[in-house]
Amino acid sequence: MKTHLIALLSGILFGIGLALAHMVDPNKVLNFLDVTGDWDPSLLFVMIGALSVTMIAFRFILKRPAPLWSASFHLPPKTSIDPKLIVGAALFGIGWGIGGYCPGPAVTGLSLFSPESVIMVVTIYLGFFACQRLLDRP
Amino acid sequence: MENFTPYSALAGGALIGIGSALLLFFNGRIAGISGIMNGVLIAPSGDKSWRLLFLAGLIVGGLLVQWIMPGFNSPRQGFPLGLLAVGGFLVGFGTRMANGCVSGHGVCGIARLSLRSLAATLTFIAAGMLTVYVLRHLLELSV
Repeated sequence: MKTHLIALLSGILFGIGLALAHMVDPNKVLNFLDVTGDWDPSLLFVMIGALSVTMIAFRFILKRPAPLWSASFHLPPKTSIDPKLIVGAALFGIGWGIGGYCPGPAVTGLSLFSPESVIMVVTIYLGFFACQRLLDRP
Repeated sequence: MENFTPYSALAGGALIGIGSALLLFFNGRIAGISGIMNGVLIAPSGDKSWRLLFLAGLIVGGLLVQWIMPGFNSPRQGFPLGLLAVGGFLVGFGTRMANGCVSGHGVCGIARLSLRSLAATLTFIAAGMLTVYVLRHLLELSV
């Protein structure tokens, strides 16, 4: 129960952050990616703001034997840089550069009642399905 | 750089960092949004509700900003929706294939000093920049 409240609170803070930083505006994101045009470095500053908190906080948190309200940390097990990672990241980057949405802003963008966010969330899930059908076959 | 908004970007980024740190400190979870979204479908039943609450929180956070500052963000108009759908599909496919997006690799992974996440982040930013270059400057689409 209390871990559910943390999940909700964490999501709310994350959502306020995305909206406050204008990351729900896809043009803001595309203008960051448009280095040869009228470049807007705002997204870089979002990363700097987030990383300056997580870089310090994660160091202390991950020194603990376990999280406060759960038995263990659920960290991604993979550490290798393989072709799947690079090709996947490149495909994601192309999709990001087309629409200007990554998954977080697509979800938070639903708060603007824009059809774009609905299309993004639906097609992101279609992409998940397609990837699982193609690549995760046993 | 006429639209550069460094202060709201830094403040918003810090809130994103605080949200991610809370989730890891209390629940031991990484705030990677593509992974959380995907888990809504494939995670075991007891592992789904926190994901839905986190995603609901993302929307509530956006609604709070709209409520306190009406018009602070407004939806984009006139973008070709078919093209957007292609973009969305690639975002879903690519983040699943690479096990993460801007939040999981870019914010949480780099904070764990993961070289894998750094490589992913540099790759998707480079691919995004190249894509915008092609669409806006070579094909001269007004997007």
